[in-house]
Amino acid sequence: MLTRCSSTPASCIFRGTSVTFPWLASPAVVVNWCRHMNFPAESATEALALVHGLSVTYLPDNDQPVHALDHASLEIRRGELVGILGESGSGKSTLAAALLRLLPGDARYDSGSIYFRNRDMLALPESALRRIRGAEIALIPQDPALALNPVIRVGDQIAEVLRAHVRMTRRDRRTRVEELLAEVGFDQPRPIYRAYPHQLSGGQQQRVVIAQAVACRPQLVIADEATSKLDASLQAEIIALMREISQRHRMAFVVISHDPTVLAGFVDRMAVMYAGRIVEEGRTEDIFRRPLHPYTQALVRLSARYLPNVGTRARFPAIHGEPPVLNSLGVGCPFAPRCPERMQVCTERDLQETTPQLSQRVSCFKYGN
Amino acid sequence: METDANVMKAPVRPVLRVNGLSKSYRRKGALWQRSDVVVAASEVDIEIFVGQTLALVGSSGSGKSTVARCVTRLEKPDAGKIWLEGTDIAQLDSRELRSRRPKMQMVFQDAATSMNPRFTAAEVIEEPMRIQKQGDKSARRTRAKELMQEVGLSPQWADRYAMDFSGGQRQRLAIARALALKPTLLVLDEALSGLDLSTEAQIANLLIDLQAAHSLAYLLISHDLALVTRLADTIAVMAHGQIVEQGPAVQVIANARHPETRSLIASTRAAQANLFALGAAL
Repeated sequence: MLTRCSSTPASCIFRGTSVTFPWLASPAVVVNWCRHMNFPAESATEALALVHGLSVTYLPDNDQPVHALDHASLEIRRGELVGILGESGSGKSTLAAALLRLLPGDARYDSGSIYFRNRDMLALPESALRRIRGAEIALIPQDPALALNPVIRVGDQIAEVLRAHVRMTRRDRRTRVEELLAEVGFDQPRPIYRAYPHQLSGGQQQRVVIAQAVACRPQLVIADEATSKLDASLQAEIIALMREISQRHRMAFVVISHDPTVLAGFVDRMAVMYAGRIVEEGRTEDIFRRPLHPYTQALVRLSARYLPNVGTRARFPAIHGEPPVLNSLGVGCPFAPRCPERMQVCTERDLQETTPQLSQRVSCFKYGN
Repeated sequence: METDANVMKAPVRPVLRVNGLSKSYRRKGALWQRSDVVVAASEVDIEIFVGQTLALVGSSGSGKSTVARCVTRLEKPDAGKIWLEGTDIAQLDSRELRSRRPKMQMVFQDAATSMNPRFTAAEVIEEPMRIQKQGDKSARRTRAKELMQEVGLSPQWADRYAMDFSGGQRQRLAIARALALKPTLLVLDEALSGLDLSTEAQIANLLIDLQAAHSLAYLLISHDLALVTRLADTIAVMAHGQIVEQGPAVQVIANARHPETRSLIASTRAAQANLFALGAAL
């Protein structure tokens, strides 16, 4: 795991590099190659989850294998809000499910590692994973209507999470659930506790599943398109709520979205995924201010579609073509066929990640390779 | 320059004119509520001219889809008139409607659920022509392939199953099917929602191009103000079953009067403001 250091002087030959050896013991083992380096050591102690070089292939019956994740690396620090931006089929949900070790049966972990709080998630038995899921890593699903059981009162569904992980009396649990409902913004928790999912609006259901996710105060919450079905004003409210909860309890959030505007107002750092790879990663403001990868640049351009051009019928700056089918990974950059800045080298050699800007890494031949 | 453009776009006759459209549903009691009558649309008046787009926007539950379902006569309105090219279709029965349907086609949000999964791409496009008994088998196939070409799908994929296409390609297929009968009006009910950003832009561009090529009129229904303002000549804002504000797109956006319009604009601006606050490279 390469990490960049902010305090290294430009003359230092090890500028911006330190090496983490996850396979030695845990992500906490960091070798600082240079005396200037203090940032990586600090980040290592702060690292909550570390995905390193993870590749995942789905092997469906009677069909070709799908390479859903290709050497994806991502670090999530304590209390940090990390966004994953990608379109459908980019591998973002696979990455999220892998963090929970919740990939379906036909998925194979080809290479790489996932560490969560210094534990090797790929080596843990199912029983240990069950203790982690819901208690230490929680998921806010996209569609609360599907996630909630239609015939159980929503309060009891939140209580169920507590019953699975925390020893407490029934009465305490009830009080706790009402506190949680109040925390996610219900003025009157009592009638909500007794409600069935269909009696609540979409926004209320979303608040319920958020209460469910944060019930055990997990260190990491994964929000998989948690706001994408809501309209703009409701979306803003739910995002504000998640930010508030994250700050109050120092919970890290991994926010998965296809919409750059959602991430712009939400996360500290973001990764852009394309065809199973993380093509760019960096601080949110850097990604939006100076996107490096041509794909990121196109997405940022597309995300600002409002104020100007009312009624002009001006065409949108669309990206030509379709994302690749992930059956066979060819040589070179997967975005090359759609890229406006394609060079000859793009389809000839395999890509390496570079860090042309401080704390911003990118997989593109434009930035040397 | 601007007046020239206006003269060129000068509306000749309305393709669709809706007068006093009302529709209500009975609703079983929800939490804290008794069973009641929901007025989904009340006294709705809209007009769309040849080659023009009316964007019907509003938050969820405002009644915009009810208007779409009444206009396309998937529902029978309780009251009001729906003039489609001079004929009131509001109370026609299904047989009388069949002869009117070619003029007006619909594209839904979820293309996948609007297609028979056992149909190939060509069969999906041919279906309306078959129902309307247009042309023979080979003529329909030729037309289907032309339409695929026009919406940006390779005619070589004619025998692929609709379900084997990606979301964006299926939406193209749905548009091709809607164009099969050479309609003058397309009702697009959230047809651009739920797509990826780059796909959404491609489909929006396709709609822009098709409108220019065929002088299509669009009734564009969306909760996403940001997207539709660019395509719309007229914007109608719905809230609680009523059109609360209607006018030329530029005017509605620039001088929103109704609080509902203002809040829609404000929340759209807020999302964009996040980008501007970050100094996004736009």
